[in-house]
Amino acid sequence: MSGPLVLGIESSCDETGVGIVRGHELLANEVASSVEQHVRYGGVVPEIASRAHLEAMRPALERALATADVDLTEIDGIAVTAGPGLMGALVVGLAAAKALAVALNKPLYGLNHLVGHVAVDLLDHGPLPQPCAALLVSGGHTSLLLVDDITGDITELGSTIDDAAGEAYDKVARVLGLAYPGGPVIDKAAAEGDPKAIAFPRGLTAPKDLVRHRFDYSFSGLKTSVSRWVETRQRDGEQVPVADVAASFQEAVCDVLTAKAVDACEHLGVSDLLIGGGVAANSRLRALLEQRTAERGIVLRRPRPGLCTDNGAMMAVLGSEVIGRGLRPSALDIGANSGLPVSTVLV
Amino acid sequence: MSADRTGRDLRLGIDTSTDVRVGLADDTGVLASRAVTNTRAHAEQLMPLVTATLAGAGRRLADIGLIVVGVGPGPFTGLRVGVVTAQTLGLALGVPVRGVCSLDAVAAGHAAEGEFLAVSDARRREVYWARYAADGRRLEGPAVSPASELPDLPVIGPGAHLAGGEASGLDGGVLAFTGPRLPEAGLSPLYLRRPDAEVPTTRKSTLLQPRLARLDRS
Ligand SMILES: [Zn+2]
Repeated sequence: MSGPLVLGIESSCDETGVGIVRGHELLANEVASSVEQHVRYGGVVPEIASRAHLEAMRPALERALATADVDLTEIDGIAVTAGPGLMGALVVGLAAAKALAVALNKPLYGLNHLVGHVAVDLLDHGPLPQPCAALLVSGGHTSLLLVDDITGDITELGSTIDDAAGEAYDKVARVLGLAYPGGPVIDKAAAEGDPKAIAFPRGLTAPKDLVRHRFDYSFSGLKTSVSRWVETRQRDGEQVPVADVAASFQEAVCDVLTAKAVDACEHLGVSDLLIGGGVAANSRLRALLEQRTAERGIVLRRPRPGLCTDNGAMMAVLGSEVIGRGLRPSALDIGANSGLPVSTVLV
Repeated sequence: MSADRTGRDLRLGIDTSTDVRVGLADDTGVLASRAVTNTRAHAEQLMPLVTATLAGAGRRLADIGLIVVGVGPGPFTGLRVGVVTAQTLGLALGVPVRGVCSLDAVAAGHAAEGEFLAVSDARRREVYWARYAADGRRLEGPAVSPASELPDLPVIGPGAHLAGGEASGLDGGVLAFTGPRLPEAGLSPLYLRRPDAEVPTTRKSTLLQPRLARLDRS
């Protein structure tokens, strides 16, 4: 199946992504990450990320065009992340996309980053069953979505009320003296530990919380609980069992992430669950999701890890869907929106 | 292809080091200058202003043979919009992009009888500035300093009012016209300041919160 040739640009956080797709076929996915520049700060520094986007944008565009072996003049449309994300980072990609759209005289589509995380699965597994639920977990977001129509009908069932799951990983990694970003290092340390060693709290799972926050998440209390536990051991001169703390922390995060996602599917009668975002690569999250969805007859869809993290291909394929639906392009004077609601797919 | 090249006599000037400035010129002089005097809408307004400026002059993007972009100094977020726009237009149109110091372009539009300073607002009670000879040659800077510590010379430019002068904006057409002879400044912004970021010191308590990104959740 062919389809529109779309170039997608992503710059909402610390990855500069340029992807090219033809319909649901991935032709190029160039990503330049500034993650190493943030390591010493233990988290993404917006100004550093924005500077890196500017340096990386034109080379990423050139590499993507070369990889896809297409000429700019062949492109049918330009898709770009309009939000949510870091303002100073978003505008770099948005400005580049506008320049391309005008220079090539092709339509511009300012799109929602979170919906791109869902759309990217089209590249790996084809048409999306709708409705489906989507669990997006990364350093920037923890959201549970109901997708009735990927080009325009998306409902946020819940999201974190404080830290994103990935942020909690980063903070706990720092507490344990591990490197940034915390996701992979905690996953690795946890492999040697006992997930039942310490009973860390599961945020927003008490009966009273479930009334108002059935599908919301909270990781702030968990993070504080881990810190206190570790500091108490250190104060008492005891050895901190890093592997057990990592495993028990990870279990608490993954338990609540999967329990609420599966609960949402059952509650809404949805038979497909998609996962996306950088934390979707976490081995424990995957295992627990596989187990719990299988137990309930829910089909689990997970794009390959390279497409779960932020990239331009996810915006390109969402653009391809939007074009296929004949939706109107964005105006040339659209702005970036750091808090763009997920219900707004196309700006 | 040579006929095509010779048809590309148009120069496009772009500067977002203050607000949004666009201009057109050819070898004979300035053809058009436009501005959107909003310092918080660079990403929104720049490309519409480019297309409006071209349309107003009866020219097309395909006529452009050179893009000149002001690379600051200036507030970072807006500055990057102009630089990435120029770079991407250059790629898509297949034309060279020349980065110049924005203050040089301000100075190039100024007729002086002696040395002077070109100044723009650096916020935080500081100014970006450079010192020029009467003929517009840059002698010192660009630098960032408190306005009170500037050399005692006449001041011009978008931040002149902060140093006892009268503010005057950069002219996009002058940028386009003089760009080829202004010193090449590269295509990275002249930031002059390091990013705001704090390296976390050794962990003291559970409450350590360095200044980091918080994505708006939605
Ligand atoms: Zn993301």
